[in-house]
Amino acid sequence: MAKMVSLIIDGQPVSVPAGTLIVNAAKQIGIDIPVFCYHPKMEPVGMCRQCLVEIGRPVMDRATGQVVMEGDKPKISFGPKLETACTTPVSEGMLVLSQSDKARASQKEILEFLLTSHPLDCPVCDKGGECPLQNLSMAHASPQSRFIFDEKQHAGKHIPLGDLIWLDRERCIQCARCIRFQEEIVGEPVLAFYQRGRNTDIFTNSEPGFDSVFSGNTTDICPVGALTTADFRFGARPWEMKAAASICAQCPVGCNITFNTRREASTGGKVAIKRVMPRQNEAVNEIWLCDKGRFAYHFAEDAGRLEKPLVKKDGKLEQAAWNGAIEEAGNKLKENKGEVVVLAGGRLSNEDLFNLKQLADGLGGEARLYTSMGGGELTASYGVSAGTNFSDLGKGSTILVVASDLYNEAPLWFLRLKQAAARGATLILANARETKLERWSKFVVRYSYGDEVETIQGLASQEKIGEALTTSENLVVLYGSDGLGLEGSSAVAAACAELVKGRTGKPNNGLIGVWPHANDQGAWELGFQPADDLAGSLKGKTVYVVAADPAGDGPEMVEALQGAKCLIVQELFLTETAKMADVVLPAQTYTEREGSFTSGERRVQRFYPAVTPRGETRADFVITAAIAKELGLELEDHSASLGMDRLAASVKAFTGISYRSLAETKEQQPMVGRADLYYGGTTYENKQGLGVTLALADLNPQASFIKKTESLRPDEEHCLAVPVTCLYDHGITVATSALLRSHIREATVLLHPETAKKLGVAAGEQVDVNGYPAEVRIDATVPASVALLPRGSGFPINAPAVAGLKKA
Amino acid sequence: MSVVEPVVELARGLWTTLRMMFDKPVTIQYPERKKPVKARFRGRHVLKRYENGLEKCIGCALCAAACPADAIFVESSENTDERRYSPGERYASTYEINMLRCIYCGFCEDACPTEAIVLGDQYELSFTDRHQAIYAKEMLIDPILAGATPTPQKTEPGIFTRSVPQMKDPQD
Repeated sequence: MAKMVSLIIDGQPVSVPAGTLIVNAAKQIGIDIPVFCYHPKMEPVGMCRQCLVEIGRPVMDRATGQVVMEGDKPKISFGPKLETACTTPVSEGMLVLSQSDKARASQKEILEFLLTSHPLDCPVCDKGGECPLQNLSMAHASPQSRFIFDEKQHAGKHIPLGDLIWLDRERCIQCARCIRFQEEIVGEPVLAFYQRGRNTDIFTNSEPGFDSVFSGNTTDICPVGALTTADFRFGARPWEMKAAASICAQCPVGCNITFNTRREASTGGKVAIKRVMPRQNEAVNEIWLCDKGRFAYHFAEDAGRLEKPLVKKDGKLEQAAWNGAIEEAGNKLKENKGEVVVLAGGRLSNEDLFNLKQLADGLGGEARLYTSMGGGELTASYGVSAGTNFSDLGKGSTILVVASDLYNEAPLWFLRLKQAAARGATLILANARETKLERWSKFVVRYSYGDEVETIQGLASQEKIGEALTTSENLVVLYGSDGLGLEGSSAVAAACAELVKGRTGKPNNGLIGVWPHANDQGAWELGFQPADDLAGSLKGKTVYVVAADPAGDGPEMVEALQGAKCLIVQELFLTETAKMADVVLPAQTYTEREGSFTSGERRVQRFYPAVTPRGETRADFVITAAIAKELGLELEDHSASLGMDRLAASVKAFTGISYRSLAETKEQQPMVGRADLYYGGTTYENKQGLGVTLALADLNPQASFIKKTESLRPDEEHCLAVPVTCLYDHGITVATSALLRSHIREATVLLHPETAKKLGVAAGEQVDVNGYPAEVRIDATVPASVALLPRGSGFPINAPAVAGLKKA
Repeated sequence: MSVVEPVVELARGLWTTLRMMFDKPVTIQYPERKKPVKARFRGRHVLKRYENGLEKCIGCALCAAACPADAIFVESSENTDERRYSPGERYASTYEINMLRCIYCGFCEDACPTEAIVLGDQYELSFTDRHQAIYAKEMLIDPILAGATPTPQKTEPGIFTRSVPQMKDPQD
């Protein structure tokens, strides 16, 4: 516990830990000292001078070291000048005056300076209405300026910093929040200042511009409208929009978000999502979001959405009424009772998955998770416990990241682990290739693809790494599927689980899976498991595919699905799988309904409906319940909240969880999202729930689960083709966003320069990989004789394989 | 009470009637004849144009924000030099006023930073259903003056670089 220091701010006494800055101490007692450059998540710089206050300190007697008393009060001496409240730490007996005449005059004058060249185009500015400069001008500034109007500088108004963020040079007040965010928090210093004085400009020094997946956050913390997103440009005025709390469904981090919505003429008077804003959850995403989460929400409003059920008649899918389609699906499942496979995708909510599991169990069928990553029964048993927060990891903590490129797989975890490493946590990265996080790691373990398990098993015997793994106070192990398939990742999970087994039950200790989908962890917790031989297990069965597109992933699954007796697909879009189906049931997206996801950190979080459902679509759990009714099973078919109650009553890990407990909040530090937008930016305060971490499942998975996978070693003429994850893939949720389209990689194959030379191919050339065309990219971080193939870019690759590369 | 008194009273009353018969009538024969409205009359809204045909409205939606009856709806889009509607960066791609909701208070006029919306002198508003009461942008906007180009215009790059056009002192 830090030493407490008492001081008086504007007549109010406050006691805060030593080292607290005055601006934060004032915040504790509800006094807002205006700031522009200071941000509670970043180091103070004192650049904008808006927070100047009068500071008095008690006079000390030099001889005795005692405070000089004036009557019964200590004598206070004020300095000749004002001091910045954002850079000055508190000291005992300090007297701060933020509303004195002198302080107020300076606040007024600083604003006059800032407004010398500010264009005052608030009526058309996207920030207008939630702009710190606008608010502080209204509160403190003088209506008249003493500067000469004709000397007002005009600068570029429409400058792209990359294709997602626009810069308006006139509006910039040179607070450097964006530059500091990229440097301090993300560690990608792609923005910088150029020139000096009144000519100071922000520019991007990366190619392509603003090359960072966290670029959208700079628009939140920009205290003026200098940085705005291309997505929201002129979309609506901030006060016109409603806020709906939700959870990002793009990756397992489970970032808390807010959908800003309003009714639009362009959508025929329906409610439309205008933008995605972060919602504070200090244990999950703090106040940040990645660009994928921020910009890839457009799939819900895509014209290609299914709106009506389809039933196959004479080999053609035709629109049908719900009753008929449900009856048809029910009959198909009834006919083939016991021979049913429910294949669910990881983007379904807990309630949907629970109903699907109940249905599969009721029919005596199998409940399968469609995924290329295994090990979920281990994360359920040895996962992190309640109270886990990456922000608590620092000195004395060890973080091991195995086979995961977090920057692409779960960007927010990248950001938070990078900061944990900066706080002194021992970050160990084990991967076959170089990843972005390596710059901040203490130890890097490099292995060849295929040697993952041996490498992890050997870590403990390495002197320094072994010590960090065994003696550290906290140990968090994250494993992913970089270059791994289902078998490989299951084996890696088992090896990683051995490292944390003795530590389970303690917060900040345990195993975390970097899953490909938002709710894979939830599916595992509910008893879904991937099939060892999925293609083989579908033959002759009635297959009920929900929120997954196996046929889109390659010809092997197309063949397998053709072998199925009957195919029922529940989807958002008419996917390749849906095209093959006998019955297609249109589902709602998570933006249209209620539900909950379980994040990779095993935190169950609620999302709320933001927009009205499309067409005749229904929520997944409702559809499943309707089918179950046909079969004589009674499942929750009305309320997601009651669905969660039933789930909590039957699955042990969820015991005690209800929608009420998920909606509980408590005050978080720093206090952002209140009326004082200048303090934390335009992020939203969390009023809709912080989520609840699941109890550890008592599954006690058997050690026999560790299967020895054979390492593939290609010969001279061949490469080892391994799947890796790219943040922006061809998945339907990303590809429908026009803004991100240029970020999505076309079918590419990444090769080491030597490998490329050996194969006689050059960058930009088209090659043929096992019969699929791809463009060659040369990257020195790729291991030799390995071809990296991004998942979801047209290659049917789920696991490492030997591949021959030919010039096309 | 004498007999004469009621007769006198009756005669006085009828005298007034007789006198008024020769006075100039106050009523006018509407709709054949219409009275000109006063200078500050607040009738149906008009969206103004500049002389060059560009729209004054920049789609800022401040009128909608100021409207106490929530009668105005604005959706804005971005101008390009290829397709320019207004001199600023943005223009109103949708502009609707629900005349059944409007209370003709004139707050929208006051809020408008470019004097684009003005309450005009049109007061003859009648509808046979509610949809007709919603006046879209095409119905509200001023016609193009002779010689001016209709919007969207194709303009030279580098001329319209301000996000809000420079305004002179407001005129009544």
